Amino acid sequence: MTPHRILHRCAIVAVVGLGLAACEDPAPPIPGYEPSFRVLTESQYRNTIADVFGAQIVVGGSFDPLVRTNGLLAVGATSAHVTPSGLEQFDRRARSIAAQVIDDTNRRILIPCTPASETAADDACATQFFSQVGRLLYRRAVTPDEVTIPVAVAHAAAKDLGSFYEGIAAGLHGMLVSPAFLFAIDVTEPDPAAAGKPRLDGFTKASRLSFFLWNSSPDEPLLAAAEKGELHDPKGLTRQVERMLASPKLEAGMRAFFNDMLAFDDFAKIEKDTIIYPAFSAAVAESAREQTLRTIIDVAIAGEGDYRDLFTTRKTVMNGPLGRIYQVPVERPDGGWMPYEFPETGPRAGIVSHVSFAALYSHPGRSSPTLRGRAIRESLLCQKVPDPPGDVDFSLFNDPNSPNKTARERLTAHSTVATCAGCHKLTDPIGLALEKIDGAGQMRTTENGAPIDTAGDLDGVPYADAAGLGRAMRDNPAAPSCLVNRMYSYASGQAPTKAERDYLAFLEKSFASDGYRIPRLLRKIALSDALFAVSDQPVRSAGVASSKDDKS
Amino acid sequence: MSILLPKPTTRRGALRGLLGGTAVAVSLPFLDSFLTDNGKALAATGAPLPLRFGTWYWGLGHTPGHAIVPKRQTSEGIEFLQECKPLERVREHLNFYGGFNMPLDGRSNYTHFTGWVASRTGTAPSGNNDIPAPTLDLLISDVIGNNTRFRTLDMTAAGIPRENYSARSTNSRAAAEASPMSLYARVFGSEFVDPNKADFKPDARVMVRKSVLSAVGEQSKSLMTKISAADRVRLDEYFTSIRSLENQLDLQLQKPQPNLACSIPKSPAPDGDEQNMPQGLEVETVISNHRIMTQLAAMAVACNQTNVFNMVFSDNFSHMRMPGETYTHHLLTHEETVDKTLGYQPKAFWFNCRTMEAFATFVETFANIREGDGNLLDNTLIFAATETNYARVHSIDGVPIFTAGRAGGRVKTGLHVVGNGDPITRVGLTAMQAMGLSLDKWGTKSLQTSKTITEILA
Repeated sequence: MTPHRILHRCAIVAVVGLGLAACEDPAPPIPGYEPSFRVLTESQYRNTIADVFGAQIVVGGSFDPLVRTNGLLAVGATSAHVTPSGLEQFDRRARSIAAQVIDDTNRRILIPCTPASETAADDACATQFFSQVGRLLYRRAVTPDEVTIPVAVAHAAAKDLGSFYEGIAAGLHGMLVSPAFLFAIDVTEPDPAAAGKPRLDGFTKASRLSFFLWNSSPDEPLLAAAEKGELHDPKGLTRQVERMLASPKLEAGMRAFFNDMLAFDDFAKIEKDTIIYPAFSAAVAESAREQTLRTIIDVAIAGEGDYRDLFTTRKTVMNGPLGRIYQVPVERPDGGWMPYEFPETGPRAGIVSHVSFAALYSHPGRSSPTLRGRAIRESLLCQKVPDPPGDVDFSLFNDPNSPNKTARERLTAHSTVATCAGCHKLTDPIGLALEKIDGAGQMRTTENGAPIDTAGDLDGVPYADAAGLGRAMRDNPAAPSCLVNRMYSYASGQAPTKAERDYLAFLEKSFASDGYRIPRLLRKIALSDALFAVSDQPVRSAGVASSKDDKS
Repeated sequence: MSILLPKPTTRRGALRGLLGGTAVAVSLPFLDSFLTDNGKALAATGAPLPLRFGTWYWGLGHTPGHAIVPKRQTSEGIEFLQECKPLERVREHLNFYGGFNMPLDGRSNYTHFTGWVASRTGTAPSGNNDIPAPTLDLLISDVIGNNTRFRTLDMTAAGIPRENYSARSTNSRAAAEASPMSLYARVFGSEFVDPNKADFKPDARVMVRKSVLSAVGEQSKSLMTKISAADRVRLDEYFTSIRSLENQLDLQLQKPQPNLACSIPKSPAPDGDEQNMPQGLEVETVISNHRIMTQLAAMAVACNQTNVFNMVFSDNFSHMRMPGETYTHHLLTHEETVDKTLGYQPKAFWFNCRTMEAFATFVETFANIREGDGNLLDNTLIFAATETNYARVHSIDGVPIFTAGRAGGRVKTGLHVVGNGDPITRVGLTAMQAMGLSLDKWGTKSLQTSKTITEILA
């Protein structure tokens, strides 16, 4: 029996509730974080609205920018504020969504009852609607006030505006700007297994799981499990996690994770000079991002392959706009995607040789080995590259009669200056390996008429070209270690602290034992105590939005 | 008094309209008769014309020795060199501030970041994301921004919403409107109420919206008692934002303060399709979008929609580019060779000249709108700054700053102010004082100052 088979059996044992203790060392404990709240990210907001009301609802407007923290915007959401301008946008968005929900088409699907009169309030029908919707939007059981208040708002608005549905829109507007919806709030309760200690309540656990695996709010089965206390029980928790891992929504969740980890949100501002790169277009940019995400999902999630293979795989997908950049005929006149494999002997292999990476980490009119090298170090290997010194004088390299034609020659000039050399040696050898891919992602063999040399080494492992760089990255222990760090950080919404080093090392070892299979890592984190660990703080009461709490 | 006024109107008649209940009908549109004789205040209410503050940001500084002739001491008369020649036509509205330093007390100069953070917050950042204190525009909006529809209006011609140099902290930074159409829709869309419209009837939907927000605010207050101190600050900002929105709605339920300067602009995309408008960072596109957004911003101010605004012309790593040029503006400042004959980097210099042209357009647009017995700019102070002095070497001492406008007569113009190495925060402190803030000092560590630039105060 192969080691993988043995480990797979262990996983099966875990599913039936006997735990993993017999198969591997127990996970080191972590101290947990103080309960907090996260602002919904733009994609979480969009997914939640689509899940609750349907994908036909258009979500417009801009969102306050988040600060990338530990390489992830999702972690920045834990510290984010809502500015007056941001709330104004949430308010406008809420009204737009509410108006769509009550329009002639959607009301028939989304409002579960018919009012006695369309021109007057109907509290019974409104109560039914807000009870159902409130639970899904607030991600927990609603308190009586959380229904009676929107019903009262709807009643008054229906009277003033002469429309039951306008009243519903007003009440829904209020729910959509409520902190109970906009913030994923940690709620704690006394832990019956540890006297005087808090634990996250079931609904908070449900949200944490759901935003981690689906990048959206919990669905009704998950909320029901939380309400029954099943998420505090290993069997109940396992049942829900397995259901979530098997759900089609896992793909959306993992796309969101990799979109964040690879900083693909920057595609929103990518721009190429159309004279220098006439083949590049908005369609190419969107397709490039999509190609890499599809490749990741196909290889590492749906295919349950080795994560490290993402750096060497020649399997990908292709569509019409990308075909023009890759110089590949695409037989999909409908504009769709087709499977594609880069030639075995060619220089393209792995996601860092994709158009996405090459174009995103370049300038509008030229490639940038430094930007590419920095992105790979920071996004994929979790290694910090220091900022350039504030007082560097680039004129040292600006000899008007310079014979330097290639990026390698120009960057070599930097290495003659000690203050530059330290960081450039971290970034440039990586970036120079990709120099045969220009700033738009197209192959080339020369720059300014001079041949391009792509040889180099990654932390002592030599390579000759981009494909070789991919192999070096695949074998670099920092790559899977980085994935583990980011995945755990994404799940918890926090930047790991020193106190979690042992736990991260445990996860890395486990990830390796599991053949670097991401779904197994997801399962490990989702079933862990660490995901729900909470520091020894005073218990925060449930029913956070009840006005009765004010009086108690 | 306007010659268009058909017959004298009385203050009583106007007030009857303003106070008459839900269905308000004011018999005549607002005209100059509503101003006091000296044109400084509204006769109907006795309130002075509103005071406004704005910032204008450009990336990558200027070319020392080719922008402004240095001076030894503060005096009248700014001497514009070739890079700043476009500013000649608005010289009467400007002050220039040169020779102010940015001491960092050992902190790093985070390139293209430290400069704007320190000059706008009074504190040097301790990391390349750190915004350690509120920017001055928000401190000012806390004082003069409460009685308009928008506390601040943030916009950028550089197309990147997150590059907005207005923030209350690292994690509290609004997105800027990044296209003329989105700015137009936000300000002059369906929720805009013409301040000069004769008839005013409070919108029942606005009243409903206000009741919705009131209910949310009341319902959620209990949260405050159950969270950590750090989270309480975050939640408090949320509630402040709710109140701010409620205030906006309150204003929409009142007959708006009329202003003859207000002339409602047309949509920048007449067919309503933003896709047909130029987008991107090619320099002519940026300039075109900036011109349109400037007109919208000026009218947003003139129509009393906001008293505080922030415009970004180019971001701190200016990604502007020329068609077919492999180097962006930022790359040129570092990679382009200095022409020994000219004494500067010709292409980077060209971008800087275009930038100063854009600033002249911005100033001119406000100055060309008549308000009271002067113009809109007379009642405004614009703080125009960048993040570096000479981008080629990332120097931050001597970062150039301009102000434009007379701040309701509180600020003199036409001066070249010499800093003599004083902290650059003196400019921000003085600007805030001119806007009515009760501050006797501003900034931290070596950037802290209590020295007002008295020379510019009228």
